[in-house]
Amino acid sequence: MRTHNRLTGALFYLLKVLIALAIICPVLYAISASFMTNADLASWPPRFLPSAGTTNNYRMALRSVPLFRFLLNSFIVCAIVIAAQVVTASCTAYAFSFFEFKGRKILFLVVLMTMMIPQDATIIANYLTISKLHLTDTYTALVLPYLTAAMGIFLMRQYYLTVPKELKEAATIDGCGDVRFLVNILMPISTPAIASLCIYVFIQTYNQFLWPLLVTNTMDKRTVQVGMQMLQNSEAVEYGIVLAGAVMILIPSVLVFIIGQKYLIKGMTAGAVKG
Amino acid sequence: MNAAPAKKKRINIKPYLFLIPSFVIFGLFVFYPFVKTVALSFTWTDLSGNPIEFAGLDIYKRIFSSERFLNSLVVSLKFAALVGIGSFLAGFVLAAIANERQRMSQMYEVPFALPMAIASAPASVIWFMIYTPNGFANYLLKTDVNILLSVNLAIYAVALVTIWLNMGVSFIFLLTGLRNVPADLLESASIDGAGRLRRLIQISIPIASPQIFFVIFLNITTSFQSFAQIRLLTQGGPEYSTDILVYSIYRNAITDGRFETAFAQSVVLFVIILCFTLLQFRFENRGVHYQ
Repeated sequence: MRTHNRLTGALFYLLKVLIALAIICPVLYAISASFMTNADLASWPPRFLPSAGTTNNYRMALRSVPLFRFLLNSFIVCAIVIAAQVVTASCTAYAFSFFEFKGRKILFLVVLMTMMIPQDATIIANYLTISKLHLTDTYTALVLPYLTAAMGIFLMRQYYLTVPKELKEAATIDGCGDVRFLVNILMPISTPAIASLCIYVFIQTYNQFLWPLLVTNTMDKRTVQVGMQMLQNSEAVEYGIVLAGAVMILIPSVLVFIIGQKYLIKGMTAGAVKG
Repeated sequence: MNAAPAKKKRINIKPYLFLIPSFVIFGLFVFYPFVKTVALSFTWTDLSGNPIEFAGLDIYKRIFSSERFLNSLVVSLKFAALVGIGSFLAGFVLAAIANERQRMSQMYEVPFALPMAIASAPASVIWFMIYTPNGFANYLLKTDVNILLSVNLAIYAVALVTIWLNMGVSFIFLLTGLRNVPADLLESASIDGAGRLRRLIQISIPIASPQIFFVIFLNITTSFQSFAQIRLLTQGGPEYSTDILVYSIYRNAITDGRFETAFAQSVVLFVIILCFTLLQFRFENRGVHYQ
């Protein structure tokens, strides 16, 4: 009986690993195909592995578009948005969790309402605002609408609610001001929540497509996702080169996901578990 | 003793100061553009989006009598149904098989969730290769069609890419839901002779129903905003068969400079998503079992 259970357990485990492989199969295929020659890519039946690996696609991809420039732009935008959201979410959540004030409920409802207005329904109006302000093709345009978000505010508030109110009272008695309390006491003990926020915002910002497509039009300020489109649209380019570009673009977000998945999942599900 | 009433009168402005940064951004980039979108949907605009003349309901009348817009609505709803149900089912199967805690479970749990880290632009590029006439889709289905140029198949192809992208997030939320089910409840059912499947259907699903509804509605609302897939795989074609609302909005505003049409369509998009959100709240408050 025991050995029977063990065997089914092992088989079930193997099955799960096989399903896992099937799910990431498109990515594995893209990695493999990015090392294929044109003849390999055009062959029938299609090949899963290259006949002889070539790094030609990668060299050509880097030559066709300024990929490192795009990566740098994406990282700059991510860094600004992450830093800003940590600050704005912490401040906003601090006000909602540690103060009693007039209009608190209504103002919190206003934050909730921002989630009811889908981004894509306001994106054209935002695009017009940016072009009226002559901010097209600037980092400012890329980051401005994303300097704060309801998701981050909820995440930080959820965490602050677990912090005992006495901590603040004790700090106040010791003569600790609000800003100092937030920066020196509250934020250091909230590092798990801040880590969740950082990883979540990184993946979301790095993967943005429509907004950077709308507000940038020179190579100088384009982000990687828009660069991906440029690479695919340049007719002269062969498909192996496009795949090589896609693989390079995937590396940062997949790496951040694998390293930070524990925090990411905790942050995502913090508000989703009820009862 | 006199200090107390005096203190009561003074309004503490500190909390408001902490709220200013977020509320300025919300005001400028959520509420102002929202009001502007609604206002300009009743106004004729020029090619750079400046208002020219009040139009009343004319723009709405025009879009609702436009065959292309009505098609766009139907396509969006069909796409939402495919993605909403598909991503839920995929995520649920993964959550159900990963539910039991096990040693070395990261080996499959991380790949199950991985698609959520993948951007839709590189994903589209990868699937484009799979969908080509001599790609793996045709090889595995033993067919010989250009899937992305087929009026019947293109929407399913784009929906599949979107389901693949969404299944990681669905998996995470549904796994949380299933693991919320009290172990002793499952144990006593097991002693009573209920098999794995019966325990899942009769105990786990009802208890995890808040997460189930949340995931279905989340997938529906995000499906309405699938832009990169459409842009990179089909550009709304062939014959507008994948022309979902958000792509139509982009085309009207950016390609054709018809901002008033884009604004009216944005309002329609907002109303549709709002309806689904309200429906979700209703489900959450009524038909759903909480512990």
